[in-house]
This record gives sequence, C-alpha cells and structure tokens, in this order.
Amino acid sequence: MSTVIENPRSPYTRPARKKRRFNIEKWAWLFMRGSGVILVFLIFGHLFFNLMLGEGIRAIDFGFVGGKLANPFWQWWDVLMLWLALIHGGNGMRTVINDYVTGQKLRPFILWTLFAIVAILIVLGTLVTFTFDPCPITENIELLPSFCNA
Amino acid sequence: MATKTELSVSVGTPAEEAGLKPFKVTLNIRRYNPETGDEAFWQDFDVELYATDRVLDALHKIKWEQDGSLAFRRSCAHGVCGSDAMRINGRNRLACKTLIKDLDITQPIYVEAIKGLPLEKDLIVDMEPFFESFREVQPFLVSNTPPAGGRERLQSIAERERFDDTTKCILCAACTTSCPVFWTDGQYFGPAAIVNAHRFIFDSRDENAAARLEILNDKEGVWRCRTTFNCTDACPRGIQVTKAIAEVKAAVVRGRP
Ligand code: SF4
Ligand code: FES
Repeated sequence: MSTVIENPRSPYTRPARKKRRFNIEKWAWLFMRGSGVILVFLIFGHLFFNLMLGEGIRAIDFGFVGGKLANPFWQWWDVLMLWLALIHGGNGMRTVINDYVTGQKLRPFILWTLFAIVAILIVLGTLVTFTFDPCPITENIELLPSFCNA
Repeated sequence: MATKTELSVSVGTPAEEAGLKPFKVTLNIRRYNPETGDEAFWQDFDVELYATDRVLDALHKIKWEQDGSLAFRRSCAHGVCGSDAMRINGRNRLACKTLIKDLDITQPIYVEAIKGLPLEKDLIVDMEPFFESFREVQPFLVSNTPPAGGRERLQSIAERERFDDTTKCILCAACTTSCPVFWTDGQYFGPAAIVNAHRFIFDSRDENAAARLEILNDKEGVWRCRTTFNCTDACPRGIQVTKAIAEVKAAVVRGRP
C-alpha cells in the first residue's frame, strides 16, 4: 500500500519563455498595417477596373485577361497584389496557428506547410503573370483563341 | 439610517432596517476539491439576498450559513485589494464590485474561477505565473541620476497625466485571465504586465524605459495582443487596457516612450 500523495503546495511550473535575440514580430506587425492599406487600394482598383469601367463584368473573357497581362502596368499591379495578399494572409494564418496550435511537434509542421503553400503560390503566380502568352506557338491551331491570327 | 440603539438590541443590516424584502437568488458555483481528485463540478446554492448585496455577500452567506468548505479569496471587500476576481456569468469581475441588481436573477448566477491559471480549489487559482510576468517587466522606478538639488524628482501635471490611467491597477488578474491569447499556452506576458510596464515606461522620472520596451518586444510580448478588448471590458478599475497596450506597441516601434 503505497500511494504517493503529492505536495499540495508544489508550485506550478510554466515552461520558461525562450529568450530570442531577434524576432520578426515587430516587422510582421508593421507589415500587416502597411500592406493592409496598400491592398485596399490595389484590390478596389482591380475590382473597379474589371467590373465597373467600360462594359463592366460582361467584358471579362480570356481576351480581356490576356490583354491585361500583356500590359506591364497591370503585370506589376497584379504581381504586387499577389505578393502582398499572400504574405498578408499567410502571416495572419501564422498568428492564428501560433494562437491555437499548442502541440510542440504539430505547430512547426503546420507552419512549414503554410510557408510552402504561400511560397509555391507566389512563385507560380509571378511566373504566370510575367510569362503569360495568350497565343503560344503550337501545332494545334484549333486550341488557340479566335483573336490569334496565325 | 440606523438610529442610536442600545448595545443589547440586535441591529439588522441597513437593508433590513429600511424595510426591504430579500429575494431568493440561485448561484451556480464551479467547485473543485484537489484532495478528492475528482473533476470540477457545478453546484447550486439558494440564498436570500437584497438588491444592494454584491456577489461577494452571496458567497459569504453560502460559506457562513450553508457550506463552510467553499473556498474563495477576498480581503478588502471594497474593490481595492484585487483578490476576488472571478468569472461571473462568463465575465471577469470582482465579486465585491458586482451588485446583484445588475445581474439577471431570473436565472442562476454562474460563478467560477478565472481561466488560464492553474486551479487550486473552488474559486482560488495559483496566481504565481501571473505575478512572474509582472515581475519580469521591472515594475519599479529605476533612475541612475540623483534628483536635482538632492530633493524630490519633480514632474509636471502633463507628465503625470501621461501614465495616470495605468497607475490604478490593483493586480487582480481579471484582464490577463480574460485574454484568449493568454488562455492558449500561458506564454503571453498578458495585459496586466504590459499595463504595469506602461506605468513606468511613460513616467518622466524613470530611466529604464528602453530595457522594458526591449523585454516587451518579445514574441510573447505586446505583439501577441490581437486587440480583442476583453481586458478593457474586464478591468474593474476602468483602465483602458487595450489602449495602454497599443501605446506600448507604438513606443516599441519608435524605440522610445
Ligand atoms: S489592469 Fe485592471 S483588470 Fe488588469 S490586473 Fe490591473 S486592475 Fe486588474
Ligand atoms: S475583496 Fe478586495 S478587491 Fe474585492
């Protein structure tokens, strides 16, 4: 018969806060404020141009998008929007994960997955925006949109 | 008002003397006894109370007349010492400042210990992690220069006004334990530590603001605040806690108060 009676006064121990010499939190916080303001301008500009100006929403088709992506102004606009939105959203997700995932192994795993998704989307998006060609040189003429005169 | 009575005459409470009628209130209290090893459970008590009574009076009545094993902290009973913060109907309040008439008594009043700190018994939690964070921000005046003329350190009214709000803290922990970020892993410094850092960071007589700003520029420092405003709502002293945190954030960005 040996039951261990724990000392009722045994102090609660919380894992000690790790001392870090450098952390990105301040810069992440400032980035969220700055990118948020710029994104409001970029996104509403984007929506206004695509949905309101000219024929409005009915103008959007493959040719409309192809035309926009041929213009360096819209290329940079879209790339800026892509980068800021993904990093802004990714950082928001990072804080949510830090707040809600407490598992010591699970948290880094989810954070790296998130990082990988954001990185892949940024690379692919940037690549497409700058290299998009609505009329590529191809054998199958019938696959090309009508406005490409071969 | 009570008139002068002879000592032998038993005098009722002011409410009784004014001829007020008590009414029955049900309290649902979350009990926990570490010695039985059982899970915490809800227990209800019926008490006769006056509209002028506070939740603390109800707890006293239960402890003195019904169940002496009920454990809770209180000291001043008048909102000064900060020992009786608890979750009343889901909100962090001081039991001694919460009037029964301000609660909906057609339903039971739910009373439980504040969340996020280790529960010790009934309504008592271990405050040590809370005070640990408090101590880490160096909540004391630091000055390495002798005061002018060897006399007291003078301060203008405007300079004093700068941190007036945060001098009112009574360290009740209502704010920190209402913060959802603190609930998650308890690593966040918490609003109360930041409020007390604010009190010295913006004090013109203090010379250690830079060190405190550096301490709070931590991953678990001011940047974990999500401006939920739970702390401002919880503070029994009416301190604009979230605003104080925002001011410390701005000071960290500037690098000086
Ligand atoms: S800031 Fe208000 S709620 Fe927080 S510990 Fe101080 S008095 Fe209590
Ligand atoms: S008992 Fe002192 S603040 Fe409530």
